[in-house]
Amino acid sequence: MGTYLIRRFFLMLLTLFGISVLIFTMLRVVPGNIADILFDAAGMIDVSEKAKLEHELGLDKPIAVQYVAWIDGLAHGDLGYSYVSEKPALQEILPRIPITAKLAGLALLFSIAFGVPLGVVSAVRQNSKLDYALRVISLSGLSVPAFWLGLLILMAFVHFFGTIPIYTEPPKDFWSALWLFSIPAAAVGFRSSALIMRLTRSSMLEVLRQDYIRTARAKGASDQNVNYNHALRNAVLPVVTVIGIEAAFLMGGLIVTETVFNIPGIARFLVEAIRWRDYPIVQNLVMFIAFVAVFINFLVDLLYAALDPRIKYS
Amino acid sequence: MAARFAALAAVVIAGLTIPAAHAAEPKHGGILHIYHRETPPSLSIHEEATFSVNAPAMAIYNNLVIYDQHKPQASIATIEPELATSWAWSKDNLSLTFKLRSGVKWHDGVAFTAKDVKCTFDLLQGKAQDKFRKDPRKDWYANLSDVTVAGDDEVTFHLKRPQPSFLAMLASGYTPIYSCHVPAAQMRTHPIGTGPFKFVEMKQNESITLVKNPDYWKKGLPYLDGIEYTIIKNRATAILAFVAGKVDVTFPTEMTAANEADIKKQDPTAICELKPINVNTNLIINRDKPPFNNPDLRQALALSLDRKSMIDIVLQGHGDVGGSLLPPPEGVWGLPKDQLAELPGYGDVAKDREKAKAILAKLGYTAGNPLKIKVSTRNLATYRDPAVVLIDQLKQINVEAELDPVESSAWFAKVARGDYAVGLNLTGNGIDDPDQAFYENYSCGSERNYTHYCNKDLEKLFDEQSAETDLAKRKKLVWEIDKKIQEDVARPILYHARTGTCWKPFVKNMTIMSNNAYNGYRYEDLWLDK
Repeated sequence: MGTYLIRRFFLMLLTLFGISVLIFTMLRVVPGNIADILFDAAGMIDVSEKAKLEHELGLDKPIAVQYVAWIDGLAHGDLGYSYVSEKPALQEILPRIPITAKLAGLALLFSIAFGVPLGVVSAVRQNSKLDYALRVISLSGLSVPAFWLGLLILMAFVHFFGTIPIYTEPPKDFWSALWLFSIPAAAVGFRSSALIMRLTRSSMLEVLRQDYIRTARAKGASDQNVNYNHALRNAVLPVVTVIGIEAAFLMGGLIVTETVFNIPGIARFLVEAIRWRDYPIVQNLVMFIAFVAVFINFLVDLLYAALDPRIKYS
Repeated sequence: MAARFAALAAVVIAGLTIPAAHAAEPKHGGILHIYHRETPPSLSIHEEATFSVNAPAMAIYNNLVIYDQHKPQASIATIEPELATSWAWSKDNLSLTFKLRSGVKWHDGVAFTAKDVKCTFDLLQGKAQDKFRKDPRKDWYANLSDVTVAGDDEVTFHLKRPQPSFLAMLASGYTPIYSCHVPAAQMRTHPIGTGPFKFVEMKQNESITLVKNPDYWKKGLPYLDGIEYTIIKNRATAILAFVAGKVDVTFPTEMTAANEADIKKQDPTAICELKPINVNTNLIINRDKPPFNNPDLRQALALSLDRKSMIDIVLQGHGDVGGSLLPPPEGVWGLPKDQLAELPGYGDVAKDREKAKAILAKLGYTAGNPLKIKVSTRNLATYRDPAVVLIDQLKQINVEAELDPVESSAWFAKVARGDYAVGLNLTGNGIDDPDQAFYENYSCGSERNYTHYCNKDLEKLFDEQSAETDLAKRKKLVWEIDKKIQEDVARPILYHARTGTCWKPFVKNMTIMSNNAYNGYRYEDLWLDK
């Protein structure tokens, strides 16, 4: 296990290195830099002033030098300065992480809380009216666009309650935070729970047809015992994988939800930073999201061993 | 009966007068909530060229002089003193001297003096040790030779030639006075002004917070305790936030006619005004490269335009046909309708298109062999939509155009390289003034003269009108120039758009400027009737 962990650690480093090269190169391939954008807002380009600005920001240095400077800074905890706000990148990124983490956490909680039990029920009662209804709900969850659902929720709130659940200032306490994040989380979780529900259902159906389930039933085990202790434990492995993927996605992929509900999280911030070609923000934020994704994958692998004793890492 | 009538009349009069008196008495306190459409690039007005900056930042600063904030049509006649108490031109009109207000303090407590005025203009002219990162309006001060100070409360601007409009530029929201003791870099991130509100913080994608300046030199002002700009990128969310009462005012000039109708349907109490903002949509034709280095072809394009139908389709009728200056009645200097109608491409559309077709046929372009071009524009709806209509109109004269949407950040670089045949562009004018419009957009060598139109004879007329102190004579000259610009197809103007702002009825003293979008955000006497 120790060897496996060390190998995984180095594999993680290699993955992150690859991502760093990729994001660094891709950012420079995209047309325009911060100087272009700043002058674009002024409706003109002064070539000498632009060159001066590029020099000031170190954008005129060779790409390899810029890359080494970034990685060196990263290794020393110096993420550089945001080109737009002219504040340290860390100071800009850090306060946004808990905002997205709360939203993503709640959305994940919502999707697991609804997705797994309803998937089990749907499988156990296959082809019943309840199963059909749940399948319709899960299909609509997968097919309804997030921005449309979000706007619909906002419109309903304005129309029926005369208020709007969007982020306009930081929540003052736990309950106001819960209220603020739970509605967008439900909007996001609706899609994720639909995915988890469908996967749980199909996985459960497969397991329920296995010989050992028949044996358990023959030995007189109760339905609840068979379904939840014998079947679900084995059916849950692919679901855990999807939950892991969803968790990684939710940390960086909630652009639409954050925009519609005006949540100042990292996904919206990342999109804005890309628009401004704010390299220090984009590079470091993408690296953070990549790290989260890689780390969650690693945790999922470890969870496999915990859930299925037959899996051994060496 | 008479007694009952008198009693009833008394009740009615009391009912009418009491709320009126109540409404007329400004109240102190409260935070004004406005949504902002985006995070501004900075709050240093001098370094930026978008009202995304002016709207929140104007309240932080003061000018020497300012357009009356409650007269919608800004002009030389509506200029009022601000940090200056008075001004006087020298006899030769080459010096403009301002007497300055005493006792004014910067937000950090340092006293304002004449040296701050000199520092500001030295910075703008690149004479100071400290430098701006970018200086988009340095052309405005090309005629300024020097600024001299006499003590702490007098400053004189020395001009190279007479220029009455110099005062108009000083009155713009784009011309705040900066202090000597705050570096230009800090003004971008934490501006210090003398204005009615102090800057507190700007959080990217979240908010901009301003708080009342308790030491403001105008005693008793501002009425508000602060202004909170909530940044809401998604317009649909922003409109719902306004309807739900999360914000009291929409972002200035951000609402379309359709948005306004939607708001009024959901909140009939909302007050909305749709006005011109002095931003025109125009064609830029690359006259340096074939095929449009041929003036006949440029003329043909100008003759193809049906401006009225373009306004109807793109703006649901809420726009104006005009020349390079905003047309009357809102515009001060724009060509009157009768003179406009005489210009090629502004008259009978069918006849003009026949003329255009004849020009193209002479050059070998027919229905069977159309002229094939690309219409380049920024990949934003306000640019793309008219470009699509334009492509359809060009088809009528046997020009087969294809849309070339350009990533927004690459747009001006592409135009500067001359890497386009026909482009559709938007031009915002900081003030409704011929000097600003002509020198910035049509003078030889100006950075914003995208098409490189250069007419030395006309340039002499630019200088002539600029130096003319008789308003009527100047207007005549301005019209003559504008007509020539249109005849030369320098940059055919498609339309001047009208856009809107909405606010809740309890927001008092709100005036929306009708001939500019950059100058009306001081907000010192805005108050909330709550």
